[in-house]
Amino acid sequence: MTDVNPEPLLSSQHEISAEIEAISASYAAVRDHAPESRTRVDYAPYRSSILRHPTKDLHHADPETIERWAPCFGPQDVSPLEADLTIQHSGEPLGERITVSGRVVDGDGRPVRRQLVEVWQANAGGRYIHKRDQHPAPLDPNFTGAGRFLTGDDGSYSFQTIKPGPYPWRNHRNAWRPAHIHFSLFGTDFTQRLITQMYFPGDPLFALDPIFQSITDETARTRLVATYDHELTRPEWSTGYRWDIVLTGSHRTWTEDEDHDA
Amino acid sequence: MTRLDPTPGQTVGPFFHYALPFVGDSDLVPRGHADSIRLHGLVLDGEGVPIPDALVEIWQAAPDGTVPQAPGSLHRDGWTFTGWGRSATDGSGRYSFTTLTPGATEAGSAPFFAVTILARGLLDRLFTRAYLPEHPAHADDPLLRTVDPDRRPTLIAAADDMGYRFDVHLQGADETVFLTYLGHGAAD
Repeated sequence: MTDVNPEPLLSSQHEISAEIEAISASYAAVRDHAPESRTRVDYAPYRSSILRHPTKDLHHADPETIERWAPCFGPQDVSPLEADLTIQHSGEPLGERITVSGRVVDGDGRPVRRQLVEVWQANAGGRYIHKRDQHPAPLDPNFTGAGRFLTGDDGSYSFQTIKPGPYPWRNHRNAWRPAHIHFSLFGTDFTQRLITQMYFPGDPLFALDPIFQSITDETARTRLVATYDHELTRPEWSTGYRWDIVLTGSHRTWTEDEDHDA
Repeated sequence: MTRLDPTPGQTVGPFFHYALPFVGDSDLVPRGHADSIRLHGLVLDGEGVPIPDALVEIWQAAPDGTVPQAPGSLHRDGWTFTGWGRSATDGSGRYSFTTLTPGATEAGSAPFFAVTILARGLLDRLFTRAYLPEHPAHADDPLLRTVDPDRRPTLIAAADDMGYRFDVHLQGADETVFLTYLGHGAAD
């Protein structure tokens, strides 16, 4: 069958992949003396980024007092039930029940304690409950796909959900995002704010996805991929994934008391 | 001490509206509060088109310059100033906060709102500052004095009838000065 492109304004996957490969090759040529560890905001294969990225270098700032602190969240902000995305409705959501656990630390390895983590995701069919998601996969009346929780005294977190499906989008023709869970994190400093996505191991869509590939360094990219952990798998209940998160360094002068691991 | 490599960021994507906004997110104080001010503005792309799927967060000192450390931002009690808020842009690309004017955290320093910008199409979060208009401490401010004078106005809010207006240009001739801090990687 000939695949005629009915939407000639959209690039093909072949064109997007060629752009991704060209950027990857130019990075490989300079990696040894100019390694990257961050996400590029200027990454044209992700078409929506073209008019939405700064073109000038970020300006270096020494954090002032307010930037060396972060907002504080407590038990009045978050119910423990919000860490289970499978119990928000009267019935069980469809899909593969999973536990995701890990630890949030700063760049010096200090646990980020009692801090807010927010997560959101598509359902097992790859559909977001968001009104703008027009993907004709079924909504699940028993799954909203949003949760939040506080880290523990050792920086640990754990939540229950179902494994999200990959979902189609209109960056280019036949574009599919690898399955992912969105994460929003706060640190001890304002400057440590992180919004990112966690992926699942071995996803065949990794090489095709311009959002994942906007992290040009493979080692850095791999930091977004959870590992399957049988220790977290619960018999006859759910499979387990581990994902540890490292925020940037803290600028605070830590007292000995605060600096001790719990 | 060996620094660990930080986890890279990714875009907030298009579908955060059912997860991140919450009731009262942008009202750091009740709208009827005697000292309340409005901090608002547009988030714009490289062609000057307002962005209806951006998310702006602010973090600020109290009017007396103290750093708030009270929890309760997600379920505000109407009495506690937590210093943090979140506002998704509306269909016209506008965000809006009801809050208090931040004070100087040190004697003689220039007060500002610390601002985080997220949007569909923006692959990593951006940081900036919204300084208060026409403040005497601007001349000696450690950041402002290192910024090209032509771009300095992008960091300073404008006074209006209800408080302050601060537009954010992700790109273009008026591109906002965005910040990086020590430890953030390649741009150090």
